[in-house]
Amino acid sequence: MSFLEVNDLHVEFPTSDGLVKAVDGVTFAIERGETLAIVGESGSGKTVTNLALMGLLSKRAARISGSAVIKRGDEDVELIDLADEEMRQIRGKNVAMIFQDPMSSLHPYYSIGDQIIEAHQVHNDVDERVSKARAIELLDMVGIPDASERIKAFPHQFSGGMRQRVMIAMALVNSPELLIADEPTTALDVTVQAQILKLLRELQEELKMAIILITHDLGVVAGAADRVNVMYAGKIVESAPVRDLYANPLMPYTHGLLASIPRMDRRAGESGKRLSAIAGQPPSLIALPAGCAFVPRCTFSNRVSGGASRCESSMPALTEHVPGHFARCHLEGASL
Amino acid sequence: MINYLARRIAISMAILLAVSFAVYLIFAILPFDPAALTCGKNCNNPAIIEANRRRLGYDLPIWQQYFVFLKGLFMGRTFGEGAATIFCPAPSFGYSYQEHACVTNSIIEALPVTLSLAIGALVLWLIIGVGLGILAARFRGRAADTGSTIFVLIGTSLPTFLTGLLLLVFVVVKWRILPYPSGNYTPLFENPLAWLNTMILPWITLAFAYAALYTRFVRNAVIETLSEDFIRTARAKGLSEKVVLRKHTLRAALAPLTTMAGLDFAGLLGGAILTEAVFNLPGLGRLSLGAVIDFDLPIIVATTILAATIVIFMNLLVDILYAFIDPRVRVAA
Repeated sequence: MSFLEVNDLHVEFPTSDGLVKAVDGVTFAIERGETLAIVGESGSGKTVTNLALMGLLSKRAARISGSAVIKRGDEDVELIDLADEEMRQIRGKNVAMIFQDPMSSLHPYYSIGDQIIEAHQVHNDVDERVSKARAIELLDMVGIPDASERIKAFPHQFSGGMRQRVMIAMALVNSPELLIADEPTTALDVTVQAQILKLLRELQEELKMAIILITHDLGVVAGAADRVNVMYAGKIVESAPVRDLYANPLMPYTHGLLASIPRMDRRAGESGKRLSAIAGQPPSLIALPAGCAFVPRCTFSNRVSGGASRCESSMPALTEHVPGHFARCHLEGASL
Repeated sequence: MINYLARRIAISMAILLAVSFAVYLIFAILPFDPAALTCGKNCNNPAIIEANRRRLGYDLPIWQQYFVFLKGLFMGRTFGEGAATIFCPAPSFGYSYQEHACVTNSIIEALPVTLSLAIGALVLWLIIGVGLGILAARFRGRAADTGSTIFVLIGTSLPTFLTGLLLLVFVVVKWRILPYPSGNYTPLFENPLAWLNTMILPWITLAFAYAALYTRFVRNAVIETLSEDFIRTARAKGLSEKVVLRKHTLRAALAPLTTMAGLDFAGLLGGAILTEAVFNLPGLGRLSLGAVIDFDLPIIVATTILAATIVIFMNLLVDILYAFIDPRVRVAA
């Protein structure tokens, strides 16, 4: 059994307009020391999946079903439907999270030291001086210079990249086994992005933790992840080791995503082409079609044996086309 | 910080000077002859009017009057000569020809009443407003929230004079729980019970209106803060919901309340005219109202300048307090 196994996870939000199926039968697993990237556009369900794992979705707003089992020592813990107090014990201790916007994710009124010390104190019954030493150690580890002085500083006195380092220090203060990084570099400059990703990789090696990296940026994925899950309209549509995915995308959506990355080694005007984009909009999560949700935007559906009507009427299963490489598409093999 | 404070105080002084000058200018432009007003509405005796004009200094050009007024503020001022001399010690705001007293004395008598009213009401509405607001935000969409919404609706739509009159009719006249307001004020340290008896209904009247506004404000601020990213971070750390609410949410949500409460309190210290009138309280509001009706210009000048002083001072206090609450302000200052 893997370190974390998510099985047939569903998250639905009842609204006055209808049932929003934000996560629709997601299954994946992750080992310690592994980085799993979850890629998809806004509303594809990548963040909601992880908020559900952390028990951070409002119980009144969200209906969650399925299973997510995490190893905690020798014991297996089912995260879905875990009692609030037990979930709280896991949050920040076994599973930690960092977020997209380090500008707004730190409390503006408390010093960064206070915030990291607080994160340590919740899960450790130790003297505050011990927590403080730990906070300085972590700040040092994530590359904040002069940590023992800077611990007194407030978030607004740091740059975006430095704040994300502080967030990482805070997340790692209890040496979690799993770190969920929700778009950790989206709000940062490209050079700072590279530094943060490098830092995460180094820390992962040192601490042997699993990382779930949520992003919409395939450029980030290429350098940072071991395995990639591509999500579309609440479902995983392709799952592959990172190299396979880039070399041989099996799902037209992934293909479209890869084609829409601007590349330095190709001029935009070359062969008369503009930077390509996937036409159309993601579907409404309230009225999902019976078949593949991507069909209206798909340029390959006419090549499917049985034609586009087959895609529209029946949802393809997530099948293993190449060993370790799964895709949810009726297209035969690697015909993209 | 010291530098900042010195600068702020200097600016405040300049503003006060400008306000006092503006008030004095309006005083001079008004189509009333203050000297003629001194001897009553049906007075036709030019000799008395001219004597009073000299006595009260209204014979001087306006700019000289202003300087005499300013000087009086710091050194006191003498009116008239010989046996009829009246001396108003510093800070002298002039001599009221309707009350036949130094203006400063009238204000010193009225100030404790207004102070009692404002402080009591502030405490009451802060407790109710903040408490109900947090409750409504915490149990959003449930019975507590609906109840607070009804309270807010009633509180914001009932004018204070109506609330006050209703309270008088029921609590005093029908149920006879409290004595009828006598128009006198008993200081707290003289007779605490009598003081409480006089003040309780005015407090409730004022606090009701303000508590409604504060409930709505606090509810919205807490709900907004709960959706902030740093609250999600706090939950992700594994903090209990109690700590998330008390330590992380409230500090951020209630900070703007300092500004609001400071300025509302300052506004009340200038005189809660309607409430004081309904309950016959001899406070600054009633003093101003009486002065306006009687054309008692020196008192109007004094209460206007006093109100401006209070607003400016509270603004300064709020800014200083804010620096303690929000570290981002500290650095900018």
